[in-house]
Amino acid sequence: MTRKQKRLGLIGLAGLVLGSAVGLVLYGLSSSVTYFQSPSDIAEQQVAVGQRIRLGGLVEDNSVDKSAGSVILFRVTDQAETVPVSYKGILPDLFREGQGIIAEGYMDEKGVFNADTVLAKHDESYMPKEVYESLKDEGHWMEEEQAAAEQTSKVN
Amino acid sequence: MIIEIGHYALILALVVAAIQSVFPVWGAVHSDHRLMGMAPGLAVLMFLLTCVSFGALTWAYLNSDFSLLNTYQNSHSDKPLIYKISGVWGNHEGSILLWVLILVLFGALVAVFSRNIPQRLRAATLGAQGWVSFAFLLFVIVASNPFTRISPAPLQGTGLNPMLQDVGLAIHPPILYIGYVGFSIVFAFAAAALILGKLDAAWARWVRPWILVSWIFLTLGIAMGSYWAYYELGWGGWWFWDPVENASFMPWLTGTALLHSAIVMERRDALKVWTVFLALLTFSLSLLGTFLVRSGVLTSVHAFAVDPARGLFILAILLIFVGGSLTLFAWRAPLLRQGGLFAPISREGALVLNNLFLTTACAAVFVGTLYPLVLEAFSGDKISVGAPFFNLTFGPIMVPVLILMPFGQLLAWKRGDALGVSQRLTTAFILSVLATVALVWFMGVSTTSIMTAFGFGLAFWAIFGSLWEIVDRSQLFKVSLGRSLARVKGFAPTVWSSVLGHAGLGVTVLGIVTTLAFESERVEVMRPGDTLEQNGYHITYEKSWTQNGPNYEELVSRYTLRKGGNVVDIMEPSKRAYKASGMPMSETSIATFGFSQVYFATGDTDANGGIVTRIYFKPLITLIWIGTLFMSLGGVIALLDRRLRVGAPVSARKRKSKTASVTAATPTPAE
Repeated sequence: MTRKQKRLGLIGLAGLVLGSAVGLVLYGLSSSVTYFQSPSDIAEQQVAVGQRIRLGGLVEDNSVDKSAGSVILFRVTDQAETVPVSYKGILPDLFREGQGIIAEGYMDEKGVFNADTVLAKHDESYMPKEVYESLKDEGHWMEEEQAAAEQTSKVN
Repeated sequence: MIIEIGHYALILALVVAAIQSVFPVWGAVHSDHRLMGMAPGLAVLMFLLTCVSFGALTWAYLNSDFSLLNTYQNSHSDKPLIYKISGVWGNHEGSILLWVLILVLFGALVAVFSRNIPQRLRAATLGAQGWVSFAFLLFVIVASNPFTRISPAPLQGTGLNPMLQDVGLAIHPPILYIGYVGFSIVFAFAAAALILGKLDAAWARWVRPWILVSWIFLTLGIAMGSYWAYYELGWGGWWFWDPVENASFMPWLTGTALLHSAIVMERRDALKVWTVFLALLTFSLSLLGTFLVRSGVLTSVHAFAVDPARGLFILAILLIFVGGSLTLFAWRAPLLRQGGLFAPISREGALVLNNLFLTTACAAVFVGTLYPLVLEAFSGDKISVGAPFFNLTFGPIMVPVLILMPFGQLLAWKRGDALGVSQRLTTAFILSVLATVALVWFMGVSTTSIMTAFGFGLAFWAIFGSLWEIVDRSQLFKVSLGRSLARVKGFAPTVWSSVLGHAGLGVTVLGIVTTLAFESERVEVMRPGDTLEQNGYHITYEKSWTQNGPNYEELVSRYTLRKGGNVVDIMEPSKRAYKASGMPMSETSIATFGFSQVYFATGDTDANGGIVTRIYFKPLITLIWIGTLFMSLGGVIALLDRRLRVGAPVSARKRKSKTASVTAATPTPAE
């Protein structure tokens, strides 16, 4: 092989690998990403049953029901709309009523969000960014209220 | 007073960094020996000053000096000693100071240990390291100063985030940072080579130890972070494709590529421009990682607090260094003498493939990590790219790497013989098929999918194929056993390092495949005396009680784990409430059997005395981390290679040689 052929071969191979990778990445981005939705988004757009989404909002006060054993029921709200959530497993340590969380899962036929993952904040002074922004967009972000909620939770 | 000394030392370090950024580089370009000679002293001085500063902050933590905002927010006088020390870097300001400390440590190490490299290269390298040091020292002083006082001083601190009160925090960040930041010196070497316009095989030999050290620590740091997340978070997951994990994984991928391309450069004087590019790219990805982790643009365990000003500052540093190094590269790289091309079927050809796949894999991870940020900025849509995306893209790209790895080890330099190598690997191939069949049979034929069996096959192929290099080189079964052993003793360290590194990767893959395919999970509400059966184990919940720790109160639950009627382990997971913050924290309990683990976490108690119990069975999971230990050990052995310590030829005048005629014939480097 001449020098030129070798170089062309190498470029061809690199192009092939990169091309396949680009194909994989595009396919992956179109098929396996999850969109973030607030309860209002879900109420407006009617998310398809079974589609994986991330639901974010505040855990509604007095909504957590642990009577069903390991299946926990609660409601997530953005102060405008509310979505009932069902989750089997252990909730994160910082999961509390009045707190911002993100749940990942899908809506079932009954309009209940089946979560397989629930993420709460990791830190006292921290709120999931998506939740914070969606609450702000909805115009329901009240600094004082959140501060007050944190105060009470600290006392507990 | 001590705090002020620390603060002052930090500002002095900034001044030293400014001097180091300018004069040694000027000296290197204009061949001024006095200016070049300043560099090592300055680097060591900057390290000492930063040590004083870091020491002062540590002192404030040890003595619970809450007049510092930083200690007030992140410490508490009840905290055990080890967490007082590790608390120094358990927050944004302290962790950035640790980052800087390790940065200047690397500068000092080059000043002290790289005495045998040409003075110009050393001065320019330390100068380039000075730029990075200056940028980050400025960031610490201006935007995240840990020495801010508060008045009046509070009596008590608010405590460290309980999640961070763990031995993991004491060791994970320093080790990870040594890896991350170590690549800064590789970056500095590359920038120096571009400035001086001189790049040869010797450059690769001088840089390789630094690549190796950084790579070893980065490997260990990532593995340790993974294990920490596994046992601390209580979700049983060991890798989440979380943006922060990806942030450390991307430099690892390009760093691994760099490790291999530097070998080609050293041995064959080829791939030179590409190696320099990888060196710049790897540190740029380290900086990107620092930006992603520290700016708060991402939701993560690692984001301490969101402060837009800091994010912008790090973004500016990132853009200046990435943009600057790419510009330098575009300007100077065409002036460098190109290395030769070579036959596609050869050791260097295989290493090119390794680089091609590793950088492509890195690009896929890069897209998945940054796409949500970009999409949100442009369309406002909030998405998350999780494990399904990365499994789909990263997985297939790594398959050819695993398949080709053993071939690369056996191919000769310059001109290899693909058919011959395939024949030599036949036995290794048969062994891996047999091992795969045995493992599938052991795990249960009906429950094993084709993909899982393929994964096993890949892992065993990587393990046996890599180990086969020992058999092949020692001519085992071809010559007498004694002669084979003698050959094994005579192996160069590089043989052992490639065998261990590659086989270690195979071991990790085996752990990953087995865990993904066969892990199981059980969540139940259990009452005292309840027994459940899973995976051949009988698990009985005995009782729960409350006890006090040094700075927390915990509810401990005891479970008995039986197999075949015998008690094999007593598990005691707990739920802690930390006194300082009132924050709850689950502590898991893990039992290891062989390479497999049983993992317990407890949740809330219900009104009837039941407790939510989560039990995971993780077959062969420890192999994931054991494999990374093998990889790191391979790196350590590579460091022992004597060739890495060969310096530049010294000119006749300095050497005081007896045979002047011989030295006169030796070409002297352009100093």
